[in-house]
Amino acid sequence: MAKLLKNRELLLVGAILVLVVLIAWRFPPFIAPTNLARVYNDTSILIILALGQMAVILTRCIDLSMAANLALSGMVAAMLNAAFPGLPIPVILLSAIALGAVLGMINGALVWKLDIPPIVVTLGTLTIYRGLIFLLTNGKWINAHQMSDAFKSFPRTDLAGIPVLSWLSVVTVAAIFLVISRTPLGRAFFAVGGNPHAAVYTGIDVGRTRFFAYCLSGTLAGLSGYLWVSRYAVAYVDIAAGFELDIIAACVIGGISIAGGIGSVPGAVLGALFLGVIKNALPVINISPFAQMAISGMVIITAVAVNARAERRKGRVILKKAEAV
Amino acid sequence: MLQDTITSRMKPAIALEGISKSFPGVKALSDVSLSLYPGSVTALVGENGAGKSTLVKILTGIYQPDGGSIRVADAETAFPTALSAARAGVTAIHQETVLFDELSVAENIFLGHAPRNRFGLIDWNKLNADARALLHRAGADFDPTIRLRDLGIAKKHLVAIARALSVDARVVIMDEPTAALSHKEIHELYALVERLKADGKAILFISHKFDEIFRIADRYTVFRDGTMVGEGLIADVSQDDLVRMMVGRAVGSVYPKKDVAIGDPVLTVSGYRHPTEFEDINFELRRGEILGFYGLIGAGRSEFMQSLIGITRPSAGAIRLDGEILVIRNPSEAIRSGIVYVPEERGRQGAIIGLPIFQNVTLPSLSRTSRSGFLKLANEFALAREYTSRLDLRAASLDQDVGTLSGGNQQKVVIAKWLATKPKVIILDEPTKGIDIGSKAAVHAFMSELAAQGLSVIMVSSEIPEIMGMSDRVIVMREGRIVGRFEREELTAEKLVRAAAGIAEAA
Repeated sequence: MAKLLKNRELLLVGAILVLVVLIAWRFPPFIAPTNLARVYNDTSILIILALGQMAVILTRCIDLSMAANLALSGMVAAMLNAAFPGLPIPVILLSAIALGAVLGMINGALVWKLDIPPIVVTLGTLTIYRGLIFLLTNGKWINAHQMSDAFKSFPRTDLAGIPVLSWLSVVTVAAIFLVISRTPLGRAFFAVGGNPHAAVYTGIDVGRTRFFAYCLSGTLAGLSGYLWVSRYAVAYVDIAAGFELDIIAACVIGGISIAGGIGSVPGAVLGALFLGVIKNALPVINISPFAQMAISGMVIITAVAVNARAERRKGRVILKKAEAV
Repeated sequence: MLQDTITSRMKPAIALEGISKSFPGVKALSDVSLSLYPGSVTALVGENGAGKSTLVKILTGIYQPDGGSIRVADAETAFPTALSAARAGVTAIHQETVLFDELSVAENIFLGHAPRNRFGLIDWNKLNADARALLHRAGADFDPTIRLRDLGIAKKHLVAIARALSVDARVVIMDEPTAALSHKEIHELYALVERLKADGKAILFISHKFDEIFRIADRYTVFRDGTMVGEGLIADVSQDDLVRMMVGRAVGSVYPKKDVAIGDPVLTVSGYRHPTEFEDINFELRRGEILGFYGLIGAGRSEFMQSLIGITRPSAGAIRLDGEILVIRNPSEAIRSGIVYVPEERGRQGAIIGLPIFQNVTLPSLSRTSRSGFLKLANEFALAREYTSRLDLRAASLDQDVGTLSGGNQQKVVIAKWLATKPKVIILDEPTKGIDIGSKAAVHAFMSELAAQGLSVIMVSSEIPEIMGMSDRVIVMREGRIVGRFEREELTAEKLVRAAAGIAEAA
């Protein structure tokens, strides 16, 4: 499996390089190091979110509420800052992360204890979390002038020539890589998604493992909430609306099997980067936003087709349920 | 009229001659013949693995025979697909019926051949009316417009039979139709079989239960190890004759059972019961012992084993391990206490396809191979190497996906996984089901080795040779209860079959 996964990731690296070269051919400044760093910085939030989604998808679940969680956590961070401008940024950051984690736990608890299908749970909480923002704000925006300078400048602060936002995504990638590949919990994600029936017999609590996966995705959504709101210096009900689909798309492009049990941290990062390059590059070479959407869609389908073929080659039973009949 | 019946009985509705079928490494059927006659019930009996299911799959067009002929109404034919078998009038009713829960009864009956109106759309009035008539013929009187999921298994059987009538089936195969039925439902099924007989259908009735065979069958055919070893009229045989034909073979010689000094009791189970699956289970397992659990499928053996390791909770009962009372609430507590269960369904419950071999092996032992909460891959490799090499696993690399291994090697990975937890008691549920002969021998040899090292083994098996060859003692379960206990010396195949099927001891 390792060899195949590496191949798949190499394939993705190749695809990204081809894409970058094609864009550079039409618009040479795109490959300037500063610009590439800017594209990475721009994709940082998507990378962080894709890693959380990956943990959930590995366990054969899905989290549709990540963008709504981000919006709610971000709004609360913005409101804290507006109400108490003197509050130190780390406190705001931790509050956003804690709130995100709690919202994730709600998802996880519903999936675990009530045994409701994950897609239904998170579709429900998606609506609830967005609704809560409206209840909190009556639909009012929090604009740049209501936010403190420290609040807005934190993600842009330069550290060794690279913005804090990029640093945070790098740290998140490293931390999630450690969790996924070097802790029993990470191993349990794969076991639960690969074969939940067998996982039960090895003493793994399937529900609890999924709960932790949702905690992780919620925590990362909370972190992203503050980053998003401070970066764009605005908070309102509909921020990041529809972004959950980009997150899932990044995972799928990155070779994470929607059927669970297969995926890797490098895959998720590369999937997010691929989408990031498309989003940043297509406008500069004068491709309309509508064509961009169509191109993203085709990329997703191609990626799924490639992954499905790879999985067939391994003789993996994609539809485990068929066995149960 | 009487004359007609007699002549029609002379000509089989379907006749199989010289059928053979092999799978890689296994000869499932060799040179088997079987004739089914209109208006007659033929019982097909044999142990698990005797080739009954393979024959049913050939009759219904799911498998193609390697040799031999199928004749329907005197014309040679072939069933290249399930549809062609259905068109020739062969229909099968399985233990768990293959129907669609979300469709109505009438839709289930006519799926694929619903009556159409002149616009080519489904004629619902005719559909429901015809369904009602067919249900009536099958002896049922429920509303054909209700959804199938609202019916019990017995009534689903009736729907399956109405479906068979709707396609004008000539041959009806019933594969252990009473396995999941209550006492009352079984009697309704007998009445139905009588009606089908009167209708002139040829019926193949597969069952392990001798009382029902003698009650409803006219003829019998006995399979053993893929060959036909006897056939004739039920009126001419006794239960003893059938049992002898089923098991008549030498056992024991090929099993690598070691003589081990049996030690003190390790595991004591007392008063275990469950509201629906089993009751009053009491036994002792000693050090170095292999305790066989024999019974028919559905006797409650696996359900009991699963409750031992905390997958399901018993409603009453106690376990002692090494004399200490033990409460097991979930599988991870069972593993920690030293009781492990190697489940029956390797595909669904065993190996985790997609994970490499070494990760499969170490999954329940991660707490031992990890250091301060982090996995140590080197430790994992060492542990996996130690146990897979003891089982003689054939794999290019331990980093390889377990899904690329053969069934036998996957089974070795699963057993290695459990041994690596260093258990005191290991429960093997059908440890050699569906694996090739070479791997079987390796698993048996290893089981003996484990017992010799002082491990206590519970082996659930439905294969008599395996039970007789490997067990120190055997417990037989039937319908959730222990119905027999045998020491190795007094063990005979006849005794096992009798106890499992509920036949009184011969005089």
